[in-house]
Amino acid sequence: MPEILERRTIIHSTLHTSAPIQEPEMVEPRRLHTEEMVLNVGPQHPSTHGVLRLEVILDGELVVDVIPHIGYLHRCFEKHAEHMTYPQVIPYVDRMDYIAAMSGEHGYVTAVERMMNIEVPEKVEYIRVLFAELQRIASHSIAIGTYGLDAGAFTPFLYLFRDRETILEMFEKTCGARFLYNYMWIGGLSHDLHPDVLPMCREFVKQSRATHKEINNLLTFNHIFMERTAGIGVLDPQVAINGGASGPMLRACGVKWDVRKNDPYSIYDRFDFDVAVGSSEYATLGDSFNRHWVRMQEWEQSLNIIEQILEQYPINDTTDVQSAIPKRIKPDGEIYSRTETPRGELGFYIVGKGDVKPWRVKPRSPAFSNLSLLPLISRGYLIADLIVILGSIDIVLGEIDR
Amino acid sequence: MTHSEIIVLLRSRFGDAIGQWHDMSSDNAYQRQMGSYLDVTEPGVIQKLAFFLRDEKGLEFNNLILLSTLDNSDGSLSVVYHVESTQYQHELTFKVTLPRDNAKVPTVCTVWSHANWHEREAWDMMGIRFEGHPDHRRILLEEDYPGHPLRKDFREPDFYHGMKVPY
Repeated sequence: MPEILERRTIIHSTLHTSAPIQEPEMVEPRRLHTEEMVLNVGPQHPSTHGVLRLEVILDGELVVDVIPHIGYLHRCFEKHAEHMTYPQVIPYVDRMDYIAAMSGEHGYVTAVERMMNIEVPEKVEYIRVLFAELQRIASHSIAIGTYGLDAGAFTPFLYLFRDRETILEMFEKTCGARFLYNYMWIGGLSHDLHPDVLPMCREFVKQSRATHKEINNLLTFNHIFMERTAGIGVLDPQVAINGGASGPMLRACGVKWDVRKNDPYSIYDRFDFDVAVGSSEYATLGDSFNRHWVRMQEWEQSLNIIEQILEQYPINDTTDVQSAIPKRIKPDGEIYSRTETPRGELGFYIVGKGDVKPWRVKPRSPAFSNLSLLPLISRGYLIADLIVILGSIDIVLGEIDR
Repeated sequence: MTHSEIIVLLRSRFGDAIGQWHDMSSDNAYQRQMGSYLDVTEPGVIQKLAFFLRDEKGLEFNNLILLSTLDNSDGSLSVVYHVESTQYQHELTFKVTLPRDNAKVPTVCTVWSHANWHEREAWDMMGIRFEGHPDHRRILLEEDYPGHPLRKDFREPDFYHGMKVPY
């Protein structure tokens, strides 16, 4: 019999004797032997949001350390890019961040256009920004919905997917693809905007504002959800900048940094929108709740941008969207160009040597940098909180492993 | 600070270790800004340079945007650092070139913790050693993978663990 049980029996028997109550005989329990345990989470686990493997070192339920193992979805993007012509790289860029393929394409084509100094027609820029912002809403819908799933809320996920479907329909009408588009080309677009898209978009903005309000009631300010996420996985702003965090992860710490404002590209300087940052009103600055809250606010800001596009869109402009596509794409020199995708700062470091194929394409993938901060922000929390922290980073393994 | 002011400051502090400034002659202002780079001729000075860039008043490059690598195909590899200051909103790109058969450079992940995974990736893909790195493992490929695939002379093995590789 283990000693701890032995001790209990002795106390028990003392209490049931008819003799006058004596001081129970105490047996010093042997010190309970504890040791750290290694738990393997993933790579095939729904809450790792893809093929991520976490080696979690636990002390009871407390997380002592987390070691992420990545590379299960490595598809040699950089090596492939060296063997492709510049336009052929675009479909591969789609497959990097497959949740927000439009935003990835936008980043890549902007980089090559800047290398070649191509002026893109205004109409093309409007369509690009419109689609990039719709994609941001679609991507945040998945992020928010699956985050609800992580925390135990199922319904918001369904509502968000219903709305996301409208966005995918707009993309499908325009370019034929729902998920991986190859839509933005260097200097132009593959197809002109489908005539149905603008009316659909007007309807969608109304619908989406209603959903936004509903999700706020259902999820964001749900007491259970707040208890579950507030104060969990707190990241310090200085550490975040030093560690390369970007996007909602950085802004949740209260750092007002958005590439669309700080290093404007395309026609973002024409629109009036706020940079969403975390606030200490509801929870600790830089925690999981604020990362979710920043995404909620960004969704609203994207709707604002879309409304302005709908007002400003040159509806009578009959420019061919392929008119500025260059015949020869042989850029020379190098560039680092960055854009703001739903996950953060997506940069492309491209070196060209006057050839049809790039010498080197190196993406700075935001989810890769954000995930590298996971061990730092999850130490000392419970294993159940680790899942919540991981969900709040909003990783896409296609982009991390490339 | 403009690029020329930064270079003057660096030259006065590090002397000959700071090499040539490659100004990108492009029609595009963005490319002139983000495509120009500074050569660092002395790999050993990288860590001191990084600390200086981060901590010096007026520079404060607190954000390492990207650490990337290049195979120049002439027997040398390069490590490229893109840094920026979120406070002053200025950027700098600097490159250090290393011999292919003995590619070693001090780590900067003590300066910017962001470099940790990027340096692991650089080792994995390009085979560059980062001296003083706390966790010098491969990151995307298996630990026993033969060679470093992003080198231009890399040839994939015919067999890997008994599996035929070219399909």
